[in-house]
Formats: sequence, C-alpha cells, structure tokens
Amino acid sequence: MTSNDIRAIYLEELLRVAPDLDAETIGDDDHIQDDLELDSMDVLNLVAALHERLGIDIPEKDYPEIATLSRAVSYLSKAA
Amino acid sequence: MGVFVMPSLGADMEAGKLVEWLVKPGDTVHRGDVVAVVETQKGAIEIEIFQDGVVHDLLADLGRELPVGAPLATVLADGEAPPETADTPEPEAPAPATEPEPEPAHAEAAAAAPASPPPSAATDGALRVSPAARQLAAEKGVELSELKGSGPGGAILLSDVENAAPGAPANTGAPAKKASPMEEMRKAIAAAMTRSKRTIPHFYLTETIDVDHAIDFLETRNADVPPGERVLLGAILVRAATVAAAKVKELNGHYLDDKGFAPADMVNPGVAIALRGGGLVAPALMDAGAMSLAETMAGMRDLVTRARAGRLRGSEMTQGTITVSSLGETGAEAMAGVIFPPQVALVGIGAPKLRPWVVDGAVVPRRVLSVTVSADHRVSDGRQVARFIAEFARCVQTPEEL
Repeated sequence: MTSNDIRAIYLEELLRVAPDLDAETIGDDDHIQDDLELDSMDVLNLVAALHERLGIDIPEKDYPEIATLSRAVSYLSKAA
Repeated sequence: MGVFVMPSLGADMEAGKLVEWLVKPGDTVHRGDVVAVVETQKGAIEIEIFQDGVVHDLLADLGRELPVGAPLATVLADGEAPPETADTPEPEAPAPATEPEPEPAHAEAAAAAPASPPPSAATDGALRVSPAARQLAAEKGVELSELKGSGPGGAILLSDVENAAPGAPANTGAPAKKASPMEEMRKAIAAAMTRSKRTIPHFYLTETIDVDHAIDFLETRNADVPPGERVLLGAILVRAATVAAAKVKELNGHYLDDKGFAPADMVNPGVAIALRGGGLVAPALMDAGAMSLAETMAGMRDLVTRARAGRLRGSEMTQGTITVSSLGETGAEAMAGVIFPPQVALVGIGAPKLRPWVVDGAVVPRRVLSVTVSADHRVSDGRQVARFIAEFARCVQTPEEL
C-alpha cells in the first residue's frame, strides 16, 4: 500500500468521524484536536476505523502519532 | 384515528421544518419508531411516533416550516378501517396556537398525496445528511435525494453537495442571507440559557477528586483490547454521575412551572457535545441507569457519532434528566455550568490536572479533577448535592465496580 493510499484512507475515515469537516480545507499539519476540533470520542472513533481498515492497532500512547495527516501517513506507512 | 403532530423538541421550540418522511401511507409503525426528520435550531432531529398503527395519510409537505402541534400525518389503530373521507383530521387536530400554517399544508398535501408521495419517502428510507451538507444544499438549491452520498452508510457530506452545486464553491451569490445553522443554534442556546438564569436559582458545590487510579485503571484495561472496546475517562464520569443521580433523586428530573419538581424514574444523562465552530447539544443517553460501563461508553460513542451526522432523536433532545458537561482531557480546570431547563442539575467537570496532593500524610503528585454541581435551589439544598458529589467521587475512584 502506498503512502497515497494511506493518505486517502485516513482522510476518508476522518470525514466519516467528522462529516461536517470540509475535505478541501484539511491541511497536512492541521492537528485533529487543536485545529479540527475533534474530541477524544472522535479520536477513538478514528482510531477504531483505522484499525478496521488497515488492521493497525494503534495503542493509546501512540495517539499523538496520528494527530496530523502528515504524521499519520508516516506512522501508518511504517506500521502497515 | 390518531393525528401525529409536530412535536416540541425543547422548551423554546416554536416551529420546525419537515425535511424528510421516513414512512409512507400503508406503513406499519410502532411506538418509538423514527418516522420523519425535522430541522430545528439545534440541527436535524429524527422524530419518533408515540402510537402503534398504520400510516394513513401524510398531511404535511416537505420543506415547510410548521408550528409545534401542526398535524403531520394520520395514523389508523391496528384493525381500524380508514375513514370514508380521505381527509378528516382537521377537526380533531389539537389546535396549535397559530392556526394558519397547517391549513394550507394540509390542503396541498391532500391534493398531492394520491398521485405523488414525497420523493424521499419513495426511496429506500433514510437519507443520511450531515447538518452542514443540508444547509448548503438548501442555500444552493441542490436536491438531496438526487445525490449519492460518500459518507458512512451513504451519508451525504458537505463535499458531495459542493460537488453537485452549480457554479463556484460556497458563499458566492447566496441571496438574502438567511441565518446560518450556527446562528440559529446560538439563538436556541441564548433562549434556553437566559430562561435558565432568569428562572432557576442556581447554587454550586465543588469538590476536587483524585483520579490517578481511574486513569491507571483505564490505561491497563485499554492496553489489552482493540480500539473499539476501549473506554475513555468521560464514560467513567457519565457512569458515576448516573449512579449518583439514581441515589439522589432531587437532582434527577424536571421542574415544571405548574407542578413543581417531578423526579424521574429513569436516569437519562444529557451528554454535552461541543460542535465544530461553536454550539452545543446535550442529547440524553436513555436509561443509562441500566447500563454497564462498557455500554455507557458505547452509548456515548453512538451519541457523538450521530450528533456529528445530524441524526439525533426527538426523545434524546427532550428527555434528559440531568446534564453532564465535561471539558475533556485537555481543557480548563473547572466549570460552573448553567442548568438546562427543565432539568434541575448540571455536573460540570474540569480536565484532569497534575497537582501536589496529600496522601497518607505525604505530598505526592496526583492527577485530580474538579467536579462542580450546579443545582436548582427550588428543589435541592447543599446537603443533597454534597451526597451526590460524595457518591460520584466514590464511583470515580472505584471504576472496577462501575
């Protein structure tokens, strides 16, 4: 799976969790909580969705690694 | 024959816009079924029917703003024969305060009904649409039923509407600017909070609780399970508030202007959910008293997901018995909140903070959080609120028993 695939999947799941986000405006370095205003329940929903899609079980201590699009792509590419 | 009317989805709601029918004439309905979607100041809400029977006729057109109490549909009881004239509900409809609205709606519906049921009712049930998408579609004149949603379960997202909208993206040529959903929601919050502060004599009790053990408990528990089974501190807090509310009944119920305090026999904690860009909803986790910690967590996840997708239900908007508002895991230290009428208490919880704490005579670093209960002095006194807080703290500190 290429990092572009992972990027697309991450964005897709992020928009599922937060359907009121505008895909066009999500920047690579936007923090999902500080900038995109996800709460901890949304973050867990995102982690659960990524687990389901990619089979990657992100432990709680690694949540910061998926907090932005660019960090997530790098983290998930390594784990995939 | 029963008449299904526009329900009140909050003390300050006067009207709602019917945006979707999820049933059509001939459908069998049961008490509690979601039958329609109504757009209110608090976003799109699924409304439930409170009788069993068969839908006879849909009286209201989609897209119309209708006052609370306006007839929306007629429902025949099981086995009841349809009336001879197709449209008799008018006389038995509970007269709404403002009569003119339902009349034309009814007439048009009766004229149109036999030939063409509303388009979305003819499709296979629920159109799932995010609140932002619904708003943009209205602004741009995009027909939602013609879109293919790319969201969960085919939900129509903002981007789907943007792609379908003729012309350039957003905010060009929205003529005669109508209040945005956020402005509408702020108006609803303003009305409810002003009413609360004007009528409810609030008082507040605060306690700081050591949550080190609860956080450790969750870390250990969550390390061994997949994400879908993890539990957040927020669920422990809601569960603890639920147990405490079941014990201290003076904080769980509604205060009605004519009857005074009516304690509730179930605990339906309203869970405050902040919405992107401002605004707040506090849908109720129905009968949380009967839930385990894991079920409380699952219920909260479901509420948050549906709040984001614009799929909360009418009962969840009106049947909360106490509100829990938590500032999350990285927020301010304490909050003294405003009670959501007609409820009589709100549990305001600050973010956990690392603080010097005295344990067994020694100062040690501990993660602590503050809980501030706002209570209605017409109903309770400090003694009851102190009992609530003691029970809440006990539960938070013994999460394995929740």
